[in-house]
Amino acid sequence: MGITDVATEAHGEGTGLVFHPLDQFKVTPLFGDGPVHWYTITNATLWMAFAVLAIVAMFVIGSRGRAIVPSRGQSIAELFYGFVYKMVEDITGHDGVKYFPYIFSLFCFIFFANFLGLLPLSFSPTSHIAVTAVLGFGVFIIVTLIGFVKNGIGFLGMFWLKDAPLALRPIIAIIEVISYFVRPVSHSIRLAGNITAGHAMIKVFAGFAAIAAVAPVSVVAIAAVYGLEVLVAGIQAYVFTILTCIYLKDALHPAH
Amino acid sequence: MEGNIAQLGQFIGAGLGAIGSGLAAIGVGNVAANYLSGALRNPSAAASQTATLFIGLAFAEALGIFSFLVALLLMFAV
Repeated sequence: MGITDVATEAHGEGTGLVFHPLDQFKVTPLFGDGPVHWYTITNATLWMAFAVLAIVAMFVIGSRGRAIVPSRGQSIAELFYGFVYKMVEDITGHDGVKYFPYIFSLFCFIFFANFLGLLPLSFSPTSHIAVTAVLGFGVFIIVTLIGFVKNGIGFLGMFWLKDAPLALRPIIAIIEVISYFVRPVSHSIRLAGNITAGHAMIKVFAGFAAIAAVAPVSVVAIAAVYGLEVLVAGIQAYVFTILTCIYLKDALHPAH
Repeated sequence: MEGNIAQLGQFIGAGLGAIGSGLAAIGVGNVAANYLSGALRNPSAAASQTATLFIGLAFAEALGIFSFLVALLLMFAV
């Protein structure tokens, strides 16, 4: 039973909101309406493809001129590159810079998926935990592998704090291990939850706009929330990236 | 009003989950307020701490998002 069926059953037809705020996150096949398999082309995959195309277009156009005095397109591409490069270098240090392409890809994909999702009638793939969990657990697995490859078994020293009193160390180790494994969960749910909450909030205000008495307030509120969502789309891409950098720093230098 | 007791529980639980989101808002405000008061005392050090600010905001906000998620699950997935 899909989300819409439950919602319709719970609220009944025609009562309450005219449309349901979470209907916009429904994944539907683009061609036909068969079941959704892993290879089915859905609206989610379409908008992910748009995000990738937008990134490719931005960097192909941006790097075409290679001018000393950059054109507008080149400036934007350089701004993105420089921003993420500085973030990676500041947080992970010089030995983290070789993982920059991965972190830059993550940032660009989340940034563009978030912003394309804000277009009217579009679909926001980052609102799905299935999408963000792949990104979050991908970061978790890669960072853990880097940690063990770089530091060997000494990577486990991250959980065994030498500064703490001996009696407390096992307890702290348990807490550290739990918090380490919660990382990918919070990492992915933070992004999906923020995007879901924002889009649902816009839809809730859009539902109020159908009532004539509160319609002007509602329209102003939609504009305000939309502005907030533009901010959130950028900030969440930034936060995802900066947390990836921090996890990477922990893997490269577990002593800190 | 028809409906059963399980649905009543779902809706009450979702409302309680919304309280959690509100409490996370206090936490986020606390982070931002302390950053601002620190930044006004020593503006020259403020720029270097914006990354820390966003990380703090993200961590505080994540827990609010968790309770929002619990509310959503109660409403639509149970």
